[in-house]
Amino acid sequence: MLERARRPVQALGHRVIDGVWRTGSMARFFALVLASSGTSLQRFRLVMREVYFSGVLSLVIIVVSGLFVGMVLGLQGYETLQKYGATESIGVLVALSLVRELGPVVAALLFASRAGSAITAEIGLMKVTEQLSAMDMMAVSPMSRVIAPRFWAGVISMPMLAALFECMGVFGGYIVAVVLIGVDNGAFWSQMQSSVDFRYDVLNGMVKSFVFGIAITVIATFEGYDAPPTAEGVSRATTRTVVSSALTILALDLILTSLMLRGGT
Amino acid sequence: MERTTIDLWFGAFVAAGFAALLVLALKVGNLGAERSGETYKVQARFDNIGGLKVRAPVRSAGVTVGRVADIHFDNQRYQADVALAIDKRFSFPKDTSAAILTSGLLGENYVGLDAGGDDAKLKAGDRIAITQSAVVLERLIGQFLFSKAQEEPAASAPAAAAALPQPPGLKK
Repeated sequence: MLERARRPVQALGHRVIDGVWRTGSMARFFALVLASSGTSLQRFRLVMREVYFSGVLSLVIIVVSGLFVGMVLGLQGYETLQKYGATESIGVLVALSLVRELGPVVAALLFASRAGSAITAEIGLMKVTEQLSAMDMMAVSPMSRVIAPRFWAGVISMPMLAALFECMGVFGGYIVAVVLIGVDNGAFWSQMQSSVDFRYDVLNGMVKSFVFGIAITVIATFEGYDAPPTAEGVSRATTRTVVSSALTILALDLILTSLMLRGGT
Repeated sequence: MERTTIDLWFGAFVAAGFAALLVLALKVGNLGAERSGETYKVQARFDNIGGLKVRAPVRSAGVTVGRVADIHFDNQRYQADVALAIDKRFSFPKDTSAAILTSGLLGENYVGLDAGGDDAKLKAGDRIAITQSAVVLERLIGQFLFSKAQEEPAASAPAAAAALPQPPGLKK
């Protein structure tokens, strides 16, 4: 009787302690990556290779979904703004929502599921096939040869992908609002330009996507490095990368937005 | 150093990223239109600035000639002290007046300049003497109701009395 009541409590406590433990070792891992990234920045070709795999190959999904998100924003925004007779503000609505929120967040979510999961699976499989131990035996640090290039590649690619996503989104909004619906072209751009501030809106969005890039790659490389060296362990680690980076992105977004918004002024 | 296809892809990717940022800066944002060059600063005091914000436009005859550079509260006079950065290309007479206006019914506040007739021109650091505050909608409605009530006191007084319920304690 007592045993049956104790078990769920025990399981809950175990989970909490495990979570705290993982957070701590992830922080130590992050410091280790930063400390051992010197050689990977000297051999920049390693980073470029990883930028190709995680950044360039994500271009198609980023560009296409940016276009669709912008088009949907155009359609939905027009529908709502029409009630107030303010359809010329459609450009402002599309640009601000993309540049401030949707661009960094959706691009980061796509990047986490497209590139983050691949990084985890790759590093996890390297661990399963004992490639990482082999590197260690050859006095090649897997941290600076395998982990750090992937980390820096993610940090470089993420803001670029977010900027491309935002551009394609604005273009999609333009296609729907101006070309298809027939909102005035001049009003669309001039209202957008008068209310989007480069420093406040665009650069803050870039800062966000930079932070998301760090978070995603740290989570992805840590999960791969930490995965139990079994087929099931790698599959679990991959799932966990996608889930926890999505949650981390959204939580970080709330924190960053509340730090950046300066109210009315 | 031999060239690889990875180099080409990396270069193209970084170039595309920076091109996107440039488009965001110039086409979507206001960086392109903002480069107006040199400005000079003029002060103006207002009793009430309404919803005026820093970086709001300064317009004369509807054309943007500058931006609001700074707003702060003058604790000696209990007024708002507004600094206007006006483009060097435009000069205004010394007796120019400034008013806080609203673009459209629900639009943003801006500072409107009406040129005077003085021969001397405004210089950097000068103060605009004639100012007109922002129109606060609540006060406008209050004044309107007040003047309406004063117009016909005989007609509205009994109606107001009838509308009020009789206090129960005062019954005889």
